[in-house]
Parts: sequence; structure tokens; C-alpha cells
Amino acid sequence: MSAAILNWSVIIAQILLALAMACAAARILLGPRAQDRVVALDALYVSGMLLMLTFGIRTGSTLYFDAALLIAVLGFVGTTAFAKFLMRGEVIE
Amino acid sequence: MTGAADVPGWVALATAALLLIGAALTATGTFGLLRLDNFYKRVHAPTLGSTLGAGAILIASMIWFTALETRLVIHEVLIAVFMTVTTPVTLMLLVRAAFTRDRKEREARDAAADTARQR
Repeated sequence: MSAAILNWSVIIAQILLALAMACAAARILLGPRAQDRVVALDALYVSGMLLMLTFGIRTGSTLYFDAALLIAVLGFVGTTAFAKFLMRGEVIE
Repeated sequence: MTGAADVPGWVALATAALLLIGAALTATGTFGLLRLDNFYKRVHAPTLGSTLGAGAILIASMIWFTALETRLVIHEVLIAVFMTVTTPVTLMLLVRAAFTRDRKEREARDAAADTARQR
């Protein structure tokens, strides 16, 4: 019984996270200015990382955790580089 | 679900509740990102997903794997600490960049208006 509840809630959580990624992707496409797109990209990678974690819970494998950690680290680097670029017009000075 | 029959019922229920809470909060945050009408309002919305949403789902993952492998699995703390440290840094950098861009545009517009008035 509780296993079925968990199964369904994992599926619902994945649908909600996919919806979140869709909203962020829509803001990337719409976003009137560059900074809107960068904030949306930040939200997109956070949602993708959480989706990876729910995949890990679903399959019972800890391999997905490594992918999620990698997404978190590289997403931070990417967003910081974008912010620097928007600020100065150059990433490396 | 792999090995879901081996874990006690309350663990599965707690994991399910935390997963739903986290996913719903993340979806709400990105929906706000889509709906709000100004960059400086918009930048607040997705932090709901990167703090509360990520926290709930990471705790769910910790509880689930601790019960599944019958040993303490807390490596999700790594992601939690990393998100807590990096989210304010990135958003502060972004808002500063946006503010600089807005100010540059305003100054350029004012200068253009001044030269137009002098003619």
C-alpha cells in the first residue's frame, strides 16, 4: 500500500518538476532581456537536478546523485560566468 | 520501485510527502518566474525551488536511501550545503549585472535627450 503511494507520488513529483522545467524554458524563450534568460536558466538547472534526485529515488540507485551534484556545480559556474559577462561584457579579464 | 517492499511503511509515506512538497514548491517558484512582470520581482521566485524545494527533496532522498541500504546515507548534505552557499552568490551577481545594465541604458537615454535639447 505505502509502496504504491510512494510510486504515485514519485510520478506526480516528476510531472511537477517537468512542468517547472517547462515554465523556466518558456521564460528563456520569452524573456525580454538577457538577465531574465539567465535567471530562467538557473531555475532550469535546479529543477533538472531535483528531477535527477527523484529518478534516483525511483530506481533505488545512488548513481543519479553524482549526476545531480555535477549539475549543481557546473550550473553554478555557468550562471556566474553569465553574470560576469552581463556585467562587463567579458568573462575573463 | 526497486526494493520498496523491504522498507517500513512510514518511511515510504514520509519520502512521498517530502517529494510532493518539494516538487510542488519548485513548480510554484518557476510558475512565479513565468508570471511576474519585472526582472527585480522575477529574481525572487525561483529561490523557492532552490532552497525549500531542494531541501525537501534532498531530505526525502536521504530518508529513502538510509532505509533502503539500512545504513546512514547522508551524502545529499553535499548538494544542500553547495546550494545554500551558491544560490545567494549567483543571484546577487545577476542583480548587480542587471542593475548596471539598466543604469547604463538610462544614462545613455538621458545623454541622448540632453543633446537633442541643446540642438
